[in-house]
Amino acid sequence: MALHRLSFRLRQTVAQVRPLHGSGCGQQQEAVGMETSPETFSIFRTQENDPACQSEQHLGQYYTVPPSHFHTVFPHGLPPRYQQQVKTFNEGCVMVRQPALELISHLKRADYSKPTLRYLLYGVKGSGKTMSLCHTVHYCSTQGWLVLHIPDAHLWVKNCKELLPSSYHTSRFDQPIQASNWLRNFRTTNEHFLSKIKLRQRYVWTKRESTEEGRLLGELVDMGVSRVKSSSDVVGAVLKELRLQAGGTEGGFRLAVAVDGVNGLWGRTTLKKEDKSPVAPEELTLVHNLRKMINNDWCGGAVIATLSQTGSLYAPSSAYLPQELLGEEGFDSMDPFVPVPVYLYSEKEFESCYLYYLDRHWLQHPHSETEEGKKELIFLSNRNPSVLERLCAFL
Amino acid sequence: MAASGGRTVGSFLWKCGNCCFNFNTVSSNLTCQVLSRQLCVSAVLHRKNLAAAGPEKFSEEFIKKQVEEFNIGKRHLANMMGEDPETFTQGDIDRSIAYLFPSGLFDKKAKPLMKHPDEVFPKQRAVQWGADGRPFHFLFYTGKQSYYTLMHDTFTKALAVEKHQDRLRGKGLFTQDTKQISLVGSRWLLKEELEELLVETISEHDYARFIQLMERLLSLPYCSVEEDFVQRYRRQLEIQSSKQQVQPLQYDQHGVAYSTGDGRRKTATGTVLLRDSSSGSISINGTNYVHYFPVLQDREQLMFPLHFMGVLGRFDMQCSVSGGGHSSQAGALRLAISRAMLSFLSEGQVETMRQAGLLTPDPRIKERKKPGQEGARRKFTWKKR
Repeated sequence: MALHRLSFRLRQTVAQVRPLHGSGCGQQQEAVGMETSPETFSIFRTQENDPACQSEQHLGQYYTVPPSHFHTVFPHGLPPRYQQQVKTFNEGCVMVRQPALELISHLKRADYSKPTLRYLLYGVKGSGKTMSLCHTVHYCSTQGWLVLHIPDAHLWVKNCKELLPSSYHTSRFDQPIQASNWLRNFRTTNEHFLSKIKLRQRYVWTKRESTEEGRLLGELVDMGVSRVKSSSDVVGAVLKELRLQAGGTEGGFRLAVAVDGVNGLWGRTTLKKEDKSPVAPEELTLVHNLRKMINNDWCGGAVIATLSQTGSLYAPSSAYLPQELLGEEGFDSMDPFVPVPVYLYSEKEFESCYLYYLDRHWLQHPHSETEEGKKELIFLSNRNPSVLERLCAFL
Repeated sequence: MAASGGRTVGSFLWKCGNCCFNFNTVSSNLTCQVLSRQLCVSAVLHRKNLAAAGPEKFSEEFIKKQVEEFNIGKRHLANMMGEDPETFTQGDIDRSIAYLFPSGLFDKKAKPLMKHPDEVFPKQRAVQWGADGRPFHFLFYTGKQSYYTLMHDTFTKALAVEKHQDRLRGKGLFTQDTKQISLVGSRWLLKEELEELLVETISEHDYARFIQLMERLLSLPYCSVEEDFVQRYRRQLEIQSSKQQVQPLQYDQHGVAYSTGDGRRKTATGTVLLRDSSSGSISINGTNYVHYFPVLQDREQLMFPLHFMGVLGRFDMQCSVSGGGHSSQAGALRLAISRAMLSFLSEGQVETMRQAGLLTPDPRIKERKKPGQEGARRKFTWKKR
């Protein structure tokens, strides 16, 4: 289109004037509506790709996650639709939004010698809680923290094909597949930590196998991945070790526990024992260990959690407040926590998202470029991020 | 009715006569006109073939008598209701009958009725031939005398107009721009209406020829001479939008304009309170509309009236809806929104909305299940044996 070629030529002149307007990923940027000033170039994008340096002035703008980081930081944490979008657009752009910035500022100022602070992201369905969580996780990993990212706690309480009785504790149940999957992803995320942390305790798996004290965490994780039967116990051991060593002064690292769908840890499961009686969440090894992790009896890190109604079991679809989704038991365990509400897109954020989709040629329909089309989109989606995304998917 | 009463009495006596008098009796007490030799004939043959007789024929005196009776009855009714008999209209009669004879029936035609005999009895032709059997009208033997008379009249008029035109041309006064008959806002008579006017049946072909002839008459430049004749065969079209009742705008205590509307679709009813603020927030039964209607189609239905008039972000809506399913609730709300919006719009916009079909309530309802079938249309599985 002539408009785009013109803008390409203009880009050269603009690039000379403002050297900041180079693309983050080496992709071509094409201005929409180039009769306006070149400010539209960067109105929805920012070049500040480091979450630590982002501030209120970047609110509503998209920053690009460098592709090198992508597979290490987010092997399993992103919402599936977002992953498809990343694949389509060939870049991973995340919007800088208020809840994430708030969380990051809390993390920057927190005192890590005190017991861990727990942050809870809550909001209506589709408002962007998981994406804010991923943004924060990105920040933590760029700061060199050890990230324990559980993509969806609901996956551990439903649709489990194999439930083995735990060898460690007779009344508990193991989930080997889920545990080994998680360990694999954990290994990808925190490669460099695995060779540094040493175990402080001896773990006996079977009569013949045991892991001695002083061994590397990496070995433990490898063992858990390869020996699927004891993987749940390995997970428990990993969590315990990290908890003990997190606030430590020698070789101390900060631990970020990021749990998505934390309301799945309390409540009911859909799993059944062999005699068809329901399994309570406490009877699952993974859930039991994770609950211990979320307790604030350790220091040197933070627990960031998200509520999720989408995968939750036996929760009405209109529920989104912490009290409704966590239930009494969960609320008491999580209390005290710092609630971080996640709202729908503001006008600026919506504008930014709309321009981003136009820029990526995601909105193909000619009517969507007009003001009227924009108003229609606002009406039909009510500025809900996920609804807007699904709507634009077939435009 | 007197005539039918007489006839039934007559037929009763006739049948009685059949049973009682099996053999010939010349001196009978029967009052029937036809006296026949009573043989062993069964009653079946003498039973009248009602279908072959055609529609009931009423004589002129009979109709006149009915009209007198109606007028007298009207005065009696007025006296009963305590009204003035001189100024008692048909509408008053209908109301009084509905009051005196309340009916629980749904079908309008089944309810008790008192109307002028001209409206009750179908128009019939008077006897077309005289005492000698010779018909009065010269076109009687065509079978459709009024129709052919009409055609001849129209053609005569057309010829007269052409002759007038030729005369003017001869004088040199012929101009093309003469006053034309205005045909806007009127339509030709329908076939049924023409039949009613002519009091005889015509075929579709005949009707088409008639319209063709009238159009030919209208194509002549000086046809305005015969304007009265032409207008007799045209009917005015009603302006639909004038039937729409537009509520005036109401203002609440902060001076914000608001209006309400309600709509129905299938079994769902919805009401909408439309407020003229600059936010576009919509709440349905207390919850957000994105949450209440997760399906895109329903939200599009809500959007349609606002988008059509281009006022998408302007109004604030509080809706309540109940009954039906999600689709019918969305349709009910759409109608309610359109009706509420009328008070904010001008006349021309109201007309465009009506033409877009936004103000028409959807008459479709669930079709009745019939006995002998599984559903409304679905039949039971057909088994060959």
